[in-house]
Amino acid sequence: MKRRTLLATAALGLSVAFAGTAMAQDKTKACFVYVGPIGDGGWTYQHHQGALAVQAEYGDKVEVQWQENVPEGADAERVLTQMALGGCNIIFTTSFGYMDATNAVAAKFPDVKFEHATGYKRDSANVSTYNARFYEGRAVQGHIAGRMTKSNKIGYIASFPIPEVIMGINSYYLHAKKVNPNVELSVIWAYTWFDPAKEADAAKALIEQGVDVIASHTDSTAPLAEAAKTPGVIGFGQASDMAAYKPSPRVSSIIDNWAPYYVKRVGALMDGTYEQADAWEGIAGGEVEIGEITDAVPADVKAEAEAMRDAIAAGTYHPFTGPIKKQDGSDWLADGVTAPDGDLLGMAFYVEGITGDIPK
Amino acid sequence: MLRLEKRPSPSAFWQKASPFLAVILTMIAGGIMFAALGKNPVEAIRTIFWDPLFGEFAFYFRGQLLVKAGPLILIALGLSLGFRAGIWNIGAEGQYIMGAIIGAAVGLALYPTENRMIYPVMVIAGAFGGWAWAMIPAILKTRFNTNEILVSLLLVYVAQTILAKAATGFLRNPEGAGFPGSRNFSSYPAASNPELIAGTGMHWGVVAAFIAVIAAYVLLQRHILGFHIKLAGQAPRAARFAGVAPNRLVVLCMGISGALAGLAGLFEVTGPAGQITIDFNVGYGFTAIIVAFLGRLNPVGILFAGLLMALTYIGGEMASTNLGLPSAAIQAFQGMLLFFLLASDVLTNFRVRLSTKAVA
Repeated sequence: MKRRTLLATAALGLSVAFAGTAMAQDKTKACFVYVGPIGDGGWTYQHHQGALAVQAEYGDKVEVQWQENVPEGADAERVLTQMALGGCNIIFTTSFGYMDATNAVAAKFPDVKFEHATGYKRDSANVSTYNARFYEGRAVQGHIAGRMTKSNKIGYIASFPIPEVIMGINSYYLHAKKVNPNVELSVIWAYTWFDPAKEADAAKALIEQGVDVIASHTDSTAPLAEAAKTPGVIGFGQASDMAAYKPSPRVSSIIDNWAPYYVKRVGALMDGTYEQADAWEGIAGGEVEIGEITDAVPADVKAEAEAMRDAIAAGTYHPFTGPIKKQDGSDWLADGVTAPDGDLLGMAFYVEGITGDIPK
Repeated sequence: MLRLEKRPSPSAFWQKASPFLAVILTMIAGGIMFAALGKNPVEAIRTIFWDPLFGEFAFYFRGQLLVKAGPLILIALGLSLGFRAGIWNIGAEGQYIMGAIIGAAVGLALYPTENRMIYPVMVIAGAFGGWAWAMIPAILKTRFNTNEILVSLLLVYVAQTILAKAATGFLRNPEGAGFPGSRNFSSYPAASNPELIAGTGMHWGVVAAFIAVIAAYVLLQRHILGFHIKLAGQAPRAARFAGVAPNRLVVLCMGISGALAGLAGLFEVTGPAGQITIDFNVGYGFTAIIVAFLGRLNPVGILFAGLLMALTYIGGEMASTNLGLPSAAIQAFQGMLLFFLLASDVLTNFRVRLSTKAVA
């Protein structure tokens, strides 16, 4: 038994070594794993745009491969192994749920670089993580929402109760509240990243409650399509610009622009300057873009929103600047203090004023 | 006017041969589809059916075939017993989820105790979870004559909601910084289900699937219960004269299929998947329905059908990354397999007649 284990392991090791020589090629192979279909028009679509940007930047020197609709869990582990065996030099895993699979496969292929989006585990030296400060964009959206709502009811279609999403809800609410003290926020948990039918249902439910500004943290255009059916209801493009819904209901958007990061990392790998990283860029770094604010928004509101965007980009304004209290009334940030990254990355509480509970 | 006429004695040859015919027809029709997408059809078919078995990295994929086929076979075997008797359990996906949750909960409750008995107890708990979930439609059917198809199907969605609660709430990793997902069983040896021989993909779930194939074969060939199941499906009236109690059969068949689905879930969550996550289930419970019919509801047939289905998954993934086929094309390819199987079944059992008389 013991000997057989040893032999099998040795066989795997040999084959891996063989794969290593087989892939000693002049082209760098960059591979991408997507959780949804490229045609989702949101999250996965934007990652794919980043992949295409890598191809455009380096042309013949790179080969780009991708796999869409990869379930999180055991299947992800197999797809990653297949890619590593197939000669990928750098693999981008573009969803939080790939975290354990990425780290497990990375441990077996020390020569392949792994880049995991939105995670926090970097168990071996060849695993890097990257994310974007989407809460910066949420602040701009919250400002627009607070100024635009007529019913004083704004909504948020949330995906899963993880820090990333809670951060966005808090930022959105804080900035709406700042310009409109009467604003009330309704949150609907869709428990999905991509399910147009569920997302549309959530939007419908919010509109029936009297909500007239809807932000969403899910990947499809369904909430905007639903908002378009009711005059006076507006929303935002999420992950992608979703320009088809301009000028209303889509009045602005958060665009995930992964291209600069992907181009930078693949470039670093090719010229030998690649190092393990934990990247978290925002509006300043170009990873988060605010899509055009349309004419459906009055000029003064648009100017304020753009000023906030520019202040965040310049580093003069942090969306989480004290005094801020937690929902239970306890203090979080003292006057003038900005939130440490650690607090944000582990955020599991609402700020004061939001009603309802985070699902447990 | 075309009509179908039942053949008095369907050809024994075609009854055996129709699955093979279906596979060949799928290859042809799929090849045409791949060609229409601008890919080399021969290369695509070879990547799907040949490369995982005999290609460069077959040493890895052969094992993965077992990992993927194990749960499919286990669930399909249970379903096939009911299907033979005309009892339609469509909710194996839900029973799979509940088996995983109950089994995992038992293991996690004992963390970090190390004891040899922990895993066997978890296995029993997993089977119990699936069994109990299947008892809901079974008892509703026997007591109130509800439709087991609808009840078992809708309970899948209930199970998914409980799964989301488990991942974000009561089974969440207390050391996971608020992120959803339970502890990973790979770091808890007493409760984990690792590869028994490294590199083979063989884990307890695969072993259980093989044992279940033999047990189901013996049951159907040698045991009075197997005889009753077959009789109830073929001649319900005769079955009643032979002393078969229909309600007892419903409870038994639903119970066995639920328990096997629950076992599959437990083996998956402690092994390949590693943890309870929001998206833990990936549709094994539904795919197993296809596997059951592809295998002619026969235990040995199901064994091969499960392996074939796993092959289309793994080969499909390879075709998708290496040849850039969209994942929707792979799903359509798998759909064709079921379509051609059902079509050749119909033509085996019925003949198409041009009717001269007008249909009243």
